[in-house]
Amino acid sequence: MTDKPILTVENLTIDIPTGTGTLHAVRGIGFDLKPGETLGIVGESGSGKSLTSLALMGLLGRSIKTRATTMEFDGVDLLSASARAMRKLRGARMAMIFQEPMTSLNPAYTIGDQLMEAMTLHGNASKADARKRAIDLLQKVGITSAESRMTQYPHQLSGGLRQRVMIAMALMCGPDLIIADEPTTALDVTIQAQILRLLVDLQKEFGMAMILITHDLGVVARVADKVAVMYAGELVETGPTQAIFDAPSHPYTRGLLRCIPLPGKTERGTELGTIPGIVPSLVGDVSGCAFRTRCAHATPACRDAIPVHTAPGVRHSFRCISPTGFAEADDTPQSVEASV
Amino acid sequence: MTDTPVLELRNVTKTYKIKQGLFGTPKPLTAVNDVTLKLNKGDVLGLVGESGCGKSTLAKVLLGLEAPTSGEVLVDGKALGGQDRLALARRIQPIFQDPYSSLNPRKRIQDIIALPLRVHGVGNEASREKAVREILDVVGLPARVLTNYPSQMSGGQRQRVAIARALVMKPEIVICDEPTSALDVSVQSQILNLLGDLRREFGLTYLFISHNLAVVEHLATEVAVMYLGRIVEKTTVANLFDAPRHPYSQALLKSVLTPDPSMDVPETHLGMAYPNPIDPPSGCYFHPRCPAATKLCETRAPRAVQDAKGLVECHLHDEDVAMTTA
Repeated sequence: MTDKPILTVENLTIDIPTGTGTLHAVRGIGFDLKPGETLGIVGESGSGKSLTSLALMGLLGRSIKTRATTMEFDGVDLLSASARAMRKLRGARMAMIFQEPMTSLNPAYTIGDQLMEAMTLHGNASKADARKRAIDLLQKVGITSAESRMTQYPHQLSGGLRQRVMIAMALMCGPDLIIADEPTTALDVTIQAQILRLLVDLQKEFGMAMILITHDLGVVARVADKVAVMYAGELVETGPTQAIFDAPSHPYTRGLLRCIPLPGKTERGTELGTIPGIVPSLVGDVSGCAFRTRCAHATPACRDAIPVHTAPGVRHSFRCISPTGFAEADDTPQSVEASV
Repeated sequence: MTDTPVLELRNVTKTYKIKQGLFGTPKPLTAVNDVTLKLNKGDVLGLVGESGCGKSTLAKVLLGLEAPTSGEVLVDGKALGGQDRLALARRIQPIFQDPYSSLNPRKRIQDIIALPLRVHGVGNEASREKAVREILDVVGLPARVLTNYPSQMSGGQRQRVAIARALVMKPEIVICDEPTSALDVSVQSQILNLLGDLRREFGLTYLFISHNLAVVEHLATEVAVMYLGRIVEKTTVANLFDAPRHPYSQALLKSVLTPDPSMDVPETHLGMAYPNPIDPPSGCYFHPRCPAATKLCETRAPRAVQDAKGLVECHLHDEDVAMTTA
């Protein structure tokens, strides 16, 4: 492991033009990732997690405006790279695992064809070599009788197997960065544990960096080295996993942790914590803290620019007007209106 | 409890005929295999298991949407066949997983919620509207959404509409099939709180189907673990989550990822192979994946053992078997 980050993102902004104005879907986020490191991006639907990953892969449509101070992968500027240069990176050095194994495999081609495609396209292997690697990887991801699976079609495999095929496919060219967008959301708990175990083991073996996008705090806690909590297009809190779970500082992070029943901690049958209200619209001018409409501690100052506080030494930072993130105050919402 | 259970399943089996290939002879698929369950009033029975284990088929049988191949469903001690569907629907109502597809996009919220009342011919137009407004208040939605269409509402709001529609008939039993798995965590907790409040307020009985074990642990009073159409363990929440007995229940619980960064991703040793339900394994259905499987498990199906700690279907917990093998 070197100390030089393989991926650096600074001030990434994604604007989507809509009929009623510009949707500021991602606003000024930044993170970096070293080889072998895992970053977990947590957030609810609409927070901009998936858009961020698509922007990194250069998969956003042309009408969507992506800007950043820096968006660099191993010395290559991802924003100014030509379509050709991006094609060379994508699939070869940066690979993506999508959420739905049911829809992201092509039903008309065999597993083998789809596995071998990227490798032969990138021109660094013969068909025979690609086939050999595909079979190797299928075995590595725990698929038995890999050779016969090569000739099967996606519909002949179960959801767990398909997700394993997706992982094998992402690994075909030996990438340096894997972006896994909700890789286990569609799967059973038992399969989820196995797929995550597999991802973590493979990542260690090949020394890959990984971005794990999920809404599941349990997955992040177990897998990620560092966590970025995303809310309404902004990173509200970032830091090492242990620090975030030990001392969640942003009111939203604390709210999320209160919402889930914790086996062994939450008393069975008691009222769970809630975050009242809904995610604000990001169309038009957005200023101040986006969470203020749902925060128990909101004050008029939350409409202005929000400072970022960083705990010394550990690189744990969060955006809030309070230097403590109101950690000492009671988070219970004053009035719970069921607007969701 | 001595009173009659509100809902009882007696040896219910549901078999489908699955045709394999164009000219293949249909093979039986036993989705629900000899299930016996009792729900007392006010209970919340959590039903857990992997996809394909028969949870949803069981829910369909309970709702009267599928007739069991054999066995009986009893409501208040009376066999379900003896009551007509309409009478049954008054007492058992469903809440489905996906609030995006379970509400008619062309109908207004007031019509969606009032539909069960109209179907059952309850009251007149005015009293129905009053009932809709009341139930809307109960589930925590403002009256202004009455004229909205589902597309104008968020996922959490839609699920509240679905709950309102289920409760407007004042049913005694609500079958919740993965009611929160399509929702974000912050919304999920609100819906779970609401379900808990409604149960206390109206004395409802829930069958709560979910693959989220943390949610089941939180809401349920009893839990049944299902594997390949059979209930392999059924006991109280405390018993199951503090000391699971069936090796499958143990593996399921081990797979739960609690948000604890000091812990690693668990190794379950379950293997991938969820068996093909058309061609189930011999003996104990779970033996190919079971870490504790013995020779006996390959040949002989375990019997259900009912004791003070609940019901479990495993040779390990069958004293008679332990004696003969020892």
